[in-house]
Amino acid sequence: MTEPLYRLSISRLAPLLARKELSPVEVTAQLLERIKERNGELNAYLTVDDAGALAQAREAEARLSRGEGTPLTGIPLALKDVMTTKGLRTTCASRILENFLPPFDATAVAHLRRAGAVILGKTNMDEFAMGSSTENSAFGPTHNPWHRDYIPGGSSGGSAAAVAADLCIGALGSDTGGSIRQPASHCGVVGLKPTYGRVSRYGLVAYGSSLDQIGPITKEVRDAALLLQAIAGHDPKDTTSVPEPVPDYQAGLDREIQGLKIGVPKEYFGQGLDPEVEAAIRAALKILAERGAEVLEVSLPHTEYAVATYYLVAVAEASSNLARYDGVKYGFRAEGRSLMETYLNTRTQGFGAEVRRRIMLGTYTLSAGYYDAYYKKGSQVRAMIREDFGRAFQTCSLIACPVSPTPAFRLGEKLADPLTMYLSDIYTISANLAGIPGISVPCGFSSKGLPIGLQLLGPLFGESDILQAAYAFEQATDFHQRKPPF
Amino acid sequence: MALSREEVLHVAELARLSLRPEEVELFTRQLNDILAYVQKLEELDTTGVAPLAHVIPLVNAFREDVVREGLSPEAALKNAPAREEGSFLVPRVI
Repeated sequence: MTEPLYRLSISRLAPLLARKELSPVEVTAQLLERIKERNGELNAYLTVDDAGALAQAREAEARLSRGEGTPLTGIPLALKDVMTTKGLRTTCASRILENFLPPFDATAVAHLRRAGAVILGKTNMDEFAMGSSTENSAFGPTHNPWHRDYIPGGSSGGSAAAVAADLCIGALGSDTGGSIRQPASHCGVVGLKPTYGRVSRYGLVAYGSSLDQIGPITKEVRDAALLLQAIAGHDPKDTTSVPEPVPDYQAGLDREIQGLKIGVPKEYFGQGLDPEVEAAIRAALKILAERGAEVLEVSLPHTEYAVATYYLVAVAEASSNLARYDGVKYGFRAEGRSLMETYLNTRTQGFGAEVRRRIMLGTYTLSAGYYDAYYKKGSQVRAMIREDFGRAFQTCSLIACPVSPTPAFRLGEKLADPLTMYLSDIYTISANLAGIPGISVPCGFSSKGLPIGLQLLGPLFGESDILQAAYAFEQATDFHQRKPPF
Repeated sequence: MALSREEVLHVAELARLSLRPEEVELFTRQLNDILAYVQKLEELDTTGVAPLAHVIPLVNAFREDVVREGLSPEAALKNAPAREEGSFLVPRVI
């Protein structure tokens, strides 16, 4: 083997493990070694579970030798630190949960464990998944492996950076307004946000409950299909998970995209779109057309209202969800003389600035007299945004567009101005509001060498279709094979 | 509908947060910037549009009312910052 093991993808590693040409213990040990040596340069992991990972790798080895493996048995993965792992510290990158040891596994994590995956550790993120750059972490920002002065995107920046830098074989992230797709785009890897309800949210620490979804971040499209296969499905513990049958996501991957109607929303190519990103997306559309897809213009007329709508809906849900952090049942407590003072001290010292800002915004917009003007209005416009997609999908099967208006920006560049940071989510937010699935697949590089991603959006439960188109694009290009200078 | 300094302090209290003096100005300005931006939605006539709270058509999910194993008291209390006699301990309320 000329290539280091940590460079492998899930789909390339799995057959080697199944044929016992490689041992999961060997692969895991090599990754743990690399994390120990290199994580300091990126701050991608918040917690590394050396002992646990090696124990799981040994179990996987025994299972594989009995011939009872799955495609994920023995595959070392990283988890965004927003999903609970039994007995393994889960912080949400917040001081308020700094020492929290969950008494249960998130359902998605339990699925991975049952499949025999190896959990290497927990990755950095914006605190409570609130942010687009991973700079809002209480434990310091993550750096982009393509250029350490740049953000990796967010909020699943640690997972995306770990995948891009080969500090894991694959990862899970979560996406409330683009938090899987945008960091995947900025780090040059694949990121899939499933349909709302496709993957159980049980054990996913809640931010915006009507928007949050767990999904894979991987080195190639086939890996995303494999990971989604393992975590998708109805869960009685999450009443918003959908009892829809889970198709075989790998089955149709290599189908031709001949005749596939791909809509391009004209509203996504206006002011604010970086010329280099636009050029990369246009070139990607040309490649899809050359593969036989029919590329046509569609309209999503309420696009310009998506960011405002999102920030009303998300902060309202957040203010309610984060009321549970009171320093009583778990997490950090700052003592006060009274219970009220304990609440105030705990929450003020435990939460970072962006989290407090969003809690306050949500508290205000839900407060007496303002509900109609803000939350109700936002929910009405949300209905109109969903309607836009419904109409567009009558004329096309998929939508292709940019993930982010610019490549990764510099660390610190947008921190002082929350609104500018929010506006960078313009192309990803609508999918969460409408509940539809979306994938980011590498499609080019800026002149500074920073990755650019192509976003493919599908109708509800259209994961197979977007995976298929993303796979066809990936097979026609070599962007996914390029590695950061790390 | 600009938020005043006093309103910001009131909202902070409702949210059980206290603001450091230097943060009051900053938060007032930033919250007002964001609220001014979301005013953009006023451009749209939403009369008669049903608010969308949940994207997937799901009805109530019921389950059988049977006794199941849950968290043990020990596991439930394990992360508590303070505990006493099988209970969460908080500063005296009355």
